[in-house]
Parts: sequence; structure tokens; C-alpha cells
Amino acid sequence: MSSIPADGEPPVAPAALLSIEALRVCFGGPARAAAVADVSLAVHPGECLGVVGESGAGKSLTFLAALGLAPAGAAVSGRVRLGQTDLLAAPEAVLDRMRGGRVGFVFQDPMTSLTPHLTIGAQIAEPIVRHRALARRAARMRVLELLEQVRMPEPARRMRQYPHELSGGMRQRAMLAIALAGEPQLLIADEPTTALDVTLQAQILALLAHFKRERGMGLVLITHDFAAVAGVADRVAVMRAGQLIETGTVREVLKRPREPYTRELLSASAEPFAPNPAAPPGTSGAAPAVLAVDDLEVRFAQSVGGVRRRWFTALEAVSVTVAGGEALGVVGESGCGKSTLMRAALQLIRPHRGRVQWLGQDLLGLPARRIRRLRRDLQLVLQDPLASLDPQLSVEQLVGEPLQIHEPSLSSEARRVRVHAMLERVGLEPALYQRRAHELSGGQCQRVGIARAMILAPRLLVCDEPLSALDVRAQRQIRLLLAQLRRGQGTSLLFVSHDLSLVRHLCERALVLYLGRMVELAPTAQLFTRPLHPYTRELLEAIALADPDLQPARLAKVALGEPAAPLERPGGCAFRVRCAHATALCAERSPPWVSAGEGRWVACHHFRLWADGMLSP
Amino acid sequence: MPGSIRERVMSRGEARSRGAMRVGAALIALLALFAVAGPWFSPYSYRALDWRHLAVPPGLIASHWLGTDALGRDLYVRTLYGLRLSLVIGGLASAVSVLIGVSWGMLAGWAGGRIDAWMMRVVDVLYALPYLFIVLILTAMLGRGNLTVLLLAIGAVGWLTLARVVRAQTLSLKRREFIEAARATGLSPRQILWRHVLPNLAGTLVAYSTLLVPQMIVYESFLSFLGLGVEPPRASLGSLINAGARQMLTAPWLLLVPAVVLVVLLLAFNLLGDGLRDVFDPSGR
Amino acid sequence: MLLLGSVVTGRPRRFGPRSRYTRAMLGYALRRMAGIVPVLFILLTVSFFVIRLAPGGPFAGGRALSARTHAELEQRYGLDRPLGAQYVAYLRALVHGDLGPSYSIRGESVGALIAAGLPVSATLGAAALGLALLAGLPLGLGAALRRDGLLDRGLAAFAALTLALPSFVTGPLLALGFGLWLRWLPVAGWQAGAARYLILPAVTLALPLAVAIARLMRASLLEVLNASYIRTARARGLGRARVLWRHALRPALVPVVSYLGPAATYLVTGSLVVETVFELPGTGRYLVQGAIDRDYPLVMGMVLVYGTLTLVANLGADLLHAWLDPRARHEPR
Repeated sequence: MSSIPADGEPPVAPAALLSIEALRVCFGGPARAAAVADVSLAVHPGECLGVVGESGAGKSLTFLAALGLAPAGAAVSGRVRLGQTDLLAAPEAVLDRMRGGRVGFVFQDPMTSLTPHLTIGAQIAEPIVRHRALARRAARMRVLELLEQVRMPEPARRMRQYPHELSGGMRQRAMLAIALAGEPQLLIADEPTTALDVTLQAQILALLAHFKRERGMGLVLITHDFAAVAGVADRVAVMRAGQLIETGTVREVLKRPREPYTRELLSASAEPFAPNPAAPPGTSGAAPAVLAVDDLEVRFAQSVGGVRRRWFTALEAVSVTVAGGEALGVVGESGCGKSTLMRAALQLIRPHRGRVQWLGQDLLGLPARRIRRLRRDLQLVLQDPLASLDPQLSVEQLVGEPLQIHEPSLSSEARRVRVHAMLERVGLEPALYQRRAHELSGGQCQRVGIARAMILAPRLLVCDEPLSALDVRAQRQIRLLLAQLRRGQGTSLLFVSHDLSLVRHLCERALVLYLGRMVELAPTAQLFTRPLHPYTRELLEAIALADPDLQPARLAKVALGEPAAPLERPGGCAFRVRCAHATALCAERSPPWVSAGEGRWVACHHFRLWADGMLSP
Repeated sequence: MPGSIRERVMSRGEARSRGAMRVGAALIALLALFAVAGPWFSPYSYRALDWRHLAVPPGLIASHWLGTDALGRDLYVRTLYGLRLSLVIGGLASAVSVLIGVSWGMLAGWAGGRIDAWMMRVVDVLYALPYLFIVLILTAMLGRGNLTVLLLAIGAVGWLTLARVVRAQTLSLKRREFIEAARATGLSPRQILWRHVLPNLAGTLVAYSTLLVPQMIVYESFLSFLGLGVEPPRASLGSLINAGARQMLTAPWLLLVPAVVLVVLLLAFNLLGDGLRDVFDPSGR
Repeated sequence: MLLLGSVVTGRPRRFGPRSRYTRAMLGYALRRMAGIVPVLFILLTVSFFVIRLAPGGPFAGGRALSARTHAELEQRYGLDRPLGAQYVAYLRALVHGDLGPSYSIRGESVGALIAAGLPVSATLGAAALGLALLAGLPLGLGAALRRDGLLDRGLAAFAALTLALPSFVTGPLLALGFGLWLRWLPVAGWQAGAARYLILPAVTLALPLAVAIARLMRASLLEVLNASYIRTARARGLGRARVLWRHALRPALVPVVSYLGPAATYLVTGSLVVETVFELPGTGRYLVQGAIDRDYPLVMGMVLVYGTLTLVANLGADLLHAWLDPRARHEPR
């Protein structure tokens, strides 16, 4: 049996840990296309197999079905062997012994994948008691040990907490501890880093690589992201629409892809450190500001224990301007206040203090009616393309609505002409104009969202993570569309994102926020080559590259520990608890916001000392 | 993947509930037609006393198709009059409830914060009280047999559930991104409520108002059963059932006929309402 | 608390929530209980004035009384005094546990009437609730576990029918069938301690409740079984039975528990009908009759009893919810 079909490399040692042969999964009768069609794969001890594909490619389903976890109603055929056991023929009791014992699972979205009413300690103990038959006291010790191994902060306390009391990163760590509890020989990780911050993504990937090495486990890493695979995987399989497109070593697939589809996916995950292709000639700071935010502070009331209220400062002392025609990126981890900044700038939430000026006019004192009229020049594109479109309206109605509001004198015929012209510009075919949002793909929805925002030819377009809910290929298309529209109309752009490489591609300048404060502001080119703040550097180091030559080394440098919780803002410099260069001064005083020349600003006591000559990827 | 199976299961369930819906709608139409036109086919009026035929069982005797009561009044005609009353009261009381419930719920959900908390507290308190308790006191106090009082009293308690549903939906709609997108586009709150919130509530509203009708009918019958609704010689399904229950030993048809009509009526509305809810609001079980 | 727990069970509670939850729960419960008092007070106050504002008085209708007798009666019960003074006097007596005399039932105090009737009503309510839970929970569970199976489809059909059968229809029908035609059970009446008299009323009252609970249980269990954490639990190698018992059941019970509040409301109003149909000597009849007769103290007494009952039931449901779902523990409501 050659375990990897159609693969130039000589057959690997026959003792595959898991071998899948001609696996087929169908739903509802033979008329429907198979969700997984004749997939053959093998995983060997100590090896990581990366399975890459867009959503709906059947990559998760392949492994769920292989271990008897396919949803009810699925017809599964083929052959799956785990060691000597034929899994598809095995009775449920045998499968139960395998799952959680020899095979551990890490699922995506740990919030919904952990039982809400059991403490995480209890959930980690379950496979230990079930598969290793340890006494309770020993099991408890083992839980503590596992939590320490996955670098859970304060394991003894966390053990007694419920999933909703933990942060996203801690939940993913708990999930990993559950998967490791039964001492598995094979770990199947299904999109383990999706929906996590860049720094956390890097940490979870580094942890997975660490356990694979340490324990000699087989690892299956299911993901849509080639960059995630590059640092960890030994071999890569690419799937599309239920079929295996290409397999090979990580170097073969990523460096010399055979299939055009693979090449397309790879080129879509843009090279983050390549020179900026879309940079218009030096606009930074030269043109007068259209939007100026000054000393902005936003607080939210938080109810703790039901009645008592305390204030949570989401944004503090933020001052920044967007020049005419300029694109400014705002980056940071979730909870850093970047979306809050955007909403406050658009007057969608009321800031506590500070000023927001639009073309020199103070927005804060204005009556709601006046602000509504100004909005035609200040348009917004939101994160979730489907959710940001009214499900009751057709594409044409959605895009026509801003015209109805701001140019009510327009005849319906003239409006339709403008709408169609706009839809054509964003690349939507006429066949789609009468459809509703749920009948469109994610990328098409986002095109509608952009058309809706751009139809009034606004002077400023504000985007809140407009690409993060899309597939890689759609991401690339929308990114190019945004760049093209902006060049065509000279619109300024305020681009909020957690993805630094995107900001790099789209923006001339970038503002980095940490726990509601500005830490660095610089032209993107300089920010990437010579970051002045240690936090910026950490963010840059966490970016995964789809390059198997560079990425493993980058991943090896990542610290495995959990970053400080954003709710408890330490005094002095907020970043000092995560910073390797922190001194007594950092705890004492918060660093001033100072100019570092060349249009750069930074808030760090020591940026001159360490920043020189550091870091190139 | 998993989406496709859900789709399949849903469509099967949907086909079934669409069938049930059609049956419900047809039954309602039939009953309404009967309630309006049925009495013409009988020579008797609902209050005429036929002394020669007291407590006659159903049959062909003297055109009393469904028999008579102890006073010789024709049960066929009286039941149809009761049905008429039930339909009218059910419809009107539902309309009152929908009007109050939608305005209350939408206002609370949209306003949010303290106003919302206060408005919902009112609903909570009213909800925690036995609703009929309030109706009972109102009708007992303000006069029995007064149809307007009855209507207002029933309608005034029926809105609570609807207010909760509408408020929850408004609240979740308000958090949806398309509402924020509308705000950012420059729509005023009133425009947003009319153009984006209400249309998205419409399906739920249709379903829940249909389900409200049988509830209102039950309230009315319940009050009439307790002797607080319509007064003789007028008849409602509830008062007929009450009268029938007292004589079920000697004349069981007096109980069975109005009871069967009421059950079929309620069943029809429930079928229609459940079906509509499955179609429009699959989450709101 | 924790220490005591370990002594009783013989082993320490390992992954149990820390004692701050116990304390938070206790505080929450106390706060909510304290919240009942003002609501009850408002309810009493509103009822007090509303029933007195209504036309007619306790001695106005019915037999024609001479003007002198009428005035004498009014004076005896303090009805000639200003409304405010009557209100204060009522509250003062209430604090001492005195609900006042009944106007319509001569020689009886409202307290004594309630004391005589409440055990009957409470027995009926408890029996109906117990019956509904006992039948509804397993039925819903079974229907969810074998979706579209015989039990599931049977339940759906039965539920549609039952929802169209209000208790004032089922009651007489059951009495007709089992009492008059089959003669298995008494048609009506009550005998303390005799279960035969309880069966038909309790079944009548429990039927819609059981169906509602079964439907809720079915729907929520189906939803929970679809959740990702159930898949995670299966991926840990836990068998189906254990996943159901340990991971699915508790969250699935949440909607059922939340329904207990409305269920109590239903039981109270339903008992009015059932007590009328089966001629039970409970307290239900006093509410209707008291309101018709303008027997102010009696109506107030009933408002107090039923108001307390429903408020406490709603509170109990909320506390149970908090116990089932740790996420509900911090927030009120």
C-alpha cells in the first residue's frame, strides 16, 4: 500500500498512524454531489499533515467522518485504519476508546465547543478518567500538569472556572489540554487559530509544534491559511469541493505548487513584507486633514455582579488625523479599542472627552440632524458582509438607499442608472441585482457593502475589518477593489484591522493601539522595517509567512505564554508586563507620546535604546 | 457540508407544516362562512323558545338538527352565534393586543437602557400575575356582559408575550450590523424603524398574531364559562359549554356540540399559527 | 460550606466552583426575595383602590336593605370612613396577620376561609405539576432522541390536539367519560385524603402543562444535541449515554425551568376552572364570587395568596436557572 497516492516522493514507512483510503461522504441520496469524494490520506507518527482548503472544501468533514463524528444523515464509505483497527467497521464502543484516547481533537471556536456548565478542570479530567483510569486525586494532579504544559496562566484558579470566564486564548489552551489529556498518538486540530489575534495565533501554532516534537505525536492541522501550515507541517494536502487536489511535502506544495488552484490560493495569501504595490506617491501628512481626532476618550459602563457599575476605559488620549486622499490603518489585538475609535470618529457612539473634527468643523456639538447630513461624505464598510445587509432588501434596493436618503430629488430612473453603474464598478453581474443578501457569497455581499458605501462618492471611507470574514481568494479580490476605487476617487481611508499585512498593502500610515492607547504611528514602510515600539515588533514577529524556509524559525521564537488580560490595565506603561525591555521607569510613569522624526510617533521610554538595528524578518 | 443536511431536514419539516397550514386556513374559512351563513338555514332564532321541544337530542325532529336545550332553544343556531362571537372577539382582542404589544416592545427595544428596563419591568410584573386574575377583577367590577369591557380586558393582557417577543427581536436587530450600517448611511431613527426594523419583524408578527387569536378566544370562553362574559339569552361557546356541563348527565349533546366546535376552531388557528411561525421564525420555537 | 460538603460526601469537591459562587447565589437569592415585597405591596395597593372605585358596594346589590341597615353595616365594617383611613387600617391589620372579616360569608374571617380552602387547592396544584413533570420530561426526552420516530410524531399530533382543548372543555369531558359513562371515578366532590377525588381534576389541570413541558424539552434537547460542545464531548470518547447525562441534560433543562414561572400562573388560573367543574372546596371560587359580591377583604386575601404564589414561583424558576447555567449567575434576570 502506498500511503500517499500520486505523490512524487517514495512511499514513507508503511506504519501509518492513520490511513484514509477512498473516503466518501454523502448527504441525502446519490443525486447530491459527495461532500467528500474519494479522499486518500495518511498521517505518520511524529509527522504533521497540513490540510488546506477554503470553507466548504470538506477538510474537517473528512476527519470527523473518519472517526465516526460526521453529522447524522451522512453516508460514509471507504476504509479508515487507525493502527490495526478498521474504524469504519468498528463498533461505537471501540470508537469511543479511540476518540479522546489515541486521537485527540482540537476544534475551532472554543467558546461554543466547551460545555458551558462544567468547569474546565472537570472537562479536562473527563478523558483522563475515561482513558487512563487514574484515581481522582491523580487525575487532579494531571489536570494541573496539563494546564501548565499548555501555558495556562494561574492553572490552579483557572481549573475551577467556567469557559465563559476565560479569554479566547485561554479557552483554546483549555481545549488543547482536553485533547492532550488522553495521551493521544494523533492530534487533529480543526482551524485551531481562526478568530484569534495574531499574537495568539502564533502562540497556539508554536504550542502545537512544541507538542508534536516533544511527544512524537502525529498532527493533522486543518486550516484555510497556508501561512499557518508553513511553520508546522511536514506534508500538505490541498482540498477543494470535497476532493484532494494536491499533496506533497510542505516545501513542494508551497514553493512549487503543481495545481493552478493551489497557486491561486498561495498568491492570495499576500506576501506581508513585499513592497507596497498600491502606495500612491507621498501623500502622507502633506494634504490638509479631513478628519482630526483630538484627545479622544471613550468609556463603557460595565455591570459587575448585576448592580454595581464600573467604568471601563476603551480608549484614552487618542489623537490622530487623516489627510485628504490618505489611507490610515489602525491595528491592534481585539479589545485594543480600534473599532471603538472608528465608531467614535463616526459619531456612532458618544465619546467621553475630546474632539472630532470633520473638515475643520467640530462634530461633537452638532445636532443629530446636521450629523446625518454630513454622513454622505463619511461612509462605512463593516466586518460581517452578510450581517451588514438588510435581509429583506434586494441588492439594487440596498445600494440605492443612500441615494434615496441623501439625494431624494433623484428620479427612480436616474437612481437606477447610478446604482447599476456602481454595481458594475464593483464587479457584480446584472443577474445578481434582484437577489437578497443570503443568496450571495461572502465576497459578493462585501462588494454590495462597498458599492453602498461608495455610491455617494464619500470623502472618507471607514472600514472595520472588512476582509476578516472572507475566504482568502475573496480577500484578495476585495483588497484590490478597495485600492482601485480609492485611487479612482481620491477617497481617504480609515482602515481598521488586526491584520498587519493587509494594512501594509492598503495604507500609507498605520496607528498601533494597545489597550486603548496609542503606542506607535508611522508610515507603513518604516513601521514594517524598523518598528520603534516593542509591541509593534511583537505583532510583526507574530505574522505568519507562507514560506516553509522562514516560518519554522519565526515560530520557534514565539513566546508560549498568555498575553496580559486587557481588562486589567497595569499602571505606568500598559505594555510593560509583556515587554522584555521594561525597567522600573516603565512601571512608574506612562511613556509620553513623542515624535521620532520622519513623521513617526511612539510612546515608549526606551525606544532609542533598543530599536536601532533590530529586526528584519 | 452540515448546512446541506440541515437544509434537507428543514425542507421536509417545512413541507409538513405548510400542509398543516393549509388545512388550518381552510378550516378557519369554512367555520367563518358557517358562522355567517349557517343560521339562515334554520327556521329558529337564537333566543326563540320552542316549548314543544324541550331538551331534544340531535336528529331531524322539527328542524332542530343539533337538538335543543332545557328551554327549547335551538342548539345549532346558538352554537353558530357563539362561534360568531368567538371569532369577532378573538379578532378584535388580538388587534388590540398587537397594537399595544408592538408599540411597547419596539419602543422598549429601541430605546434601550433605563427606559427599556423600566418598561420591561412593568411587563414582568404583569406577567408574573395570573393574567386572568386582572381580567376577572376588571370584568367583575366594571360590569358583566358588557362586550366592550370584555374586549378591552382580554386585549389588555394579551399583549404581554408579544411585547416581549417584539422587544427581544428589536433589540437583536438593533445590534445587527445592517442597522449600524443604516445609521452610518445617515438614516434617522424613524427611517430606520420603518424601513429596516418593522419589515424584519413582519414575519414574526404575522405568526404571533395568528397564534394570539385562539388564546383570545379561550380567554373569552373562559370568562363566559365562569359566568363573567356574555349573559343569556346571548350565547358564547364558553357559556354554552358551561351550561352543557351542568346538564351532561341528562343531555350530553349540550356539552359535546359547542365543545367540538371550539376545539376545531382552536385547532385550526393553532395549525395556521404554528405553520406561519415555522416559516417566518424558525428560531422562535 | 465546602468543608461540610466534603464530610457528608466523603470526598472533596474537586473541580466544583469556588465558594464565591455559593455566596453570590445566596446574595442573589436574598436580593430577589427582597424584591418581592415591594411588588406585592404595589399589587395590594392597586387592588385595594381599584375594587373600591368600581360601581356598587358590598351591600348595594342583592336583597333590598333598608337605608338604616345599610348604614349600620357600612359603619360596622368601617366603610363609611375616608378611603385613605380604610387603607391604613387594612394595612395595620395585615401586618398583624389579620385579613379581615368576609362580607358575603357571614361569621367567617377571610383568614379562616383561606386556611380551609388552601390545602385543597395546593394539593391539586402540586399533584398537577408533579404529574406534568413526570409525564412531560421523559416524553420530550424520548421524542428528541428519536427524532421523527413514532413517539415524536405521536407527541406532535397529541400536542396540537391538547393545545386546542382548554381545561374547561377537558374537565367536563373527562367527568362525562370516566365519571358518568365508565363510572370509574367520582364525577365531582372532595374527600380529604381520598386520592380518587384528586385524579380527574389533577389530570385535567396537568394535561396542557405536560404537553408544553414535553414540547419544550424536545426542542431544547434537539438544539443542545446540535451544539459544538456535544461534538467535543463525543470526541473525548464519552459514550452517548454519558454525553447525554453529563453534557446535554442540564443546558436542555434551562427552557423548561424558565417555563415554571408561567406554569405557576397557568396553574392558578386553571385551578379556578377545575375547582368549579369538579366542585372542589378550594380557594378558587372565592376569587370570582368575592369579586362579584364586592367582598373586598376576600378579594384582597385572594390577591395576596395568589400574588405571593406566582411571584415565589417565578423567583424559584430564576434561581433554578442560575443553578443550571453558570452564565446566568452574575446577571439579574
